[in-house]
Amino acid sequence: MTPSIHAAVIVIIVALCTLFTRLLPFLVFGRKGEPSPMIQFLGKALPPSVIAILVIYCIKNINFLLPSSIIPQAISITLVVVLHIWKRNNLLSISLGTICYMFLIQYIF
Amino acid sequence: MKALQFAFRQTIPVLCGYLFLGMAYGILLQNAGFGVLWAFATSLFIYAGSMQFVLVGFFTSGISMLSVAFTTLSVNSRHIFYGLSFIEKFKQMGKLRPYMISSLTDETYSLLCGTKIPEDCEENKVFFLISLLDHSYWVTGSVIGSLLGEIIPFDTTGIDFSMTALFVVIFTEQWFSSRTHIPALIGLLCGGLCLLLLSADKFLLPALILTVAFLIFWKQSSTRKETLL
Repeated sequence: MTPSIHAAVIVIIVALCTLFTRLLPFLVFGRKGEPSPMIQFLGKALPPSVIAILVIYCIKNINFLLPSSIIPQAISITLVVVLHIWKRNNLLSISLGTICYMFLIQYIF
Repeated sequence: MKALQFAFRQTIPVLCGYLFLGMAYGILLQNAGFGVLWAFATSLFIYAGSMQFVLVGFFTSGISMLSVAFTTLSVNSRHIFYGLSFIEKFKQMGKLRPYMISSLTDETYSLLCGTKIPEDCEENKVFFLISLLDHSYWVTGSVIGSLLGEIIPFDTTGIDFSMTALFVVIFTEQWFSSRTHIPALIGLLCGGLCLLLLSADKFLLPALILTVAFLIFWKQSSTRKETLL
């Protein structure tokens, strides 16, 4: 497959699977009654777990033996968490954290 | 017109958020070698912010289609929960129903839940306009980002951290708003373990499967989980 066909296939799979997750409650529970307790449970419990995995997914390419790889990430992630606990403003935490990281890897490390 | 004005006022916070994150997404996509048409099409047809950031990584890795599908289903599993709140409501929306279902993002969900419709506006119209406006902000943001990414005058190295920051923010927010941290901890544990044992480009699918297994095990072994969640 050429790179753009490969990417297009990925986009189609992601789009269909996303649509499926949105349709599912309406398809299964649209007519009557409550969804099964297991589905309800996963609907609540899975999102925090998946976000935790995605945080790890984001830092998966850090080289843990290389200080210049760890330190900018550690500082910026700490900044994002502290800012967010303090101000609870998504945009502020994300933009300042990103600017901090860009500054660190472009000028310091 | 009144409905549009009202809907627009409600969506202003989402306007800021979606333009900013959409732009970050567009720039990231452009840096990965995928131009404005990709930004437009993915934001229009997928329209799931966090998943689209993960998608950029998929383009440049040799990930299997099975992993792509399973990751998408897991990342978006929260949609199941959102839809449950609107099963009855969307039934009354007739021709608009398919669009309402397929455009139900985290932000649109929170607006639809929290909006008190004034008496002089038709509720269905306001609901539809809120969904449509949010969707258009996201597409517009990513297209602007993609165009900027081509001509941006400064060094954008490190802008991919915006994705890390986004997930760290969501993680922090969930951590402080949920009564139990067990799901988050299970995710961290399974993710960390799989990353240690497997290579960086192979750990995602096993980590997700392991997490689902652990969550089901936790549910079966605990009788108090309904009150905990």
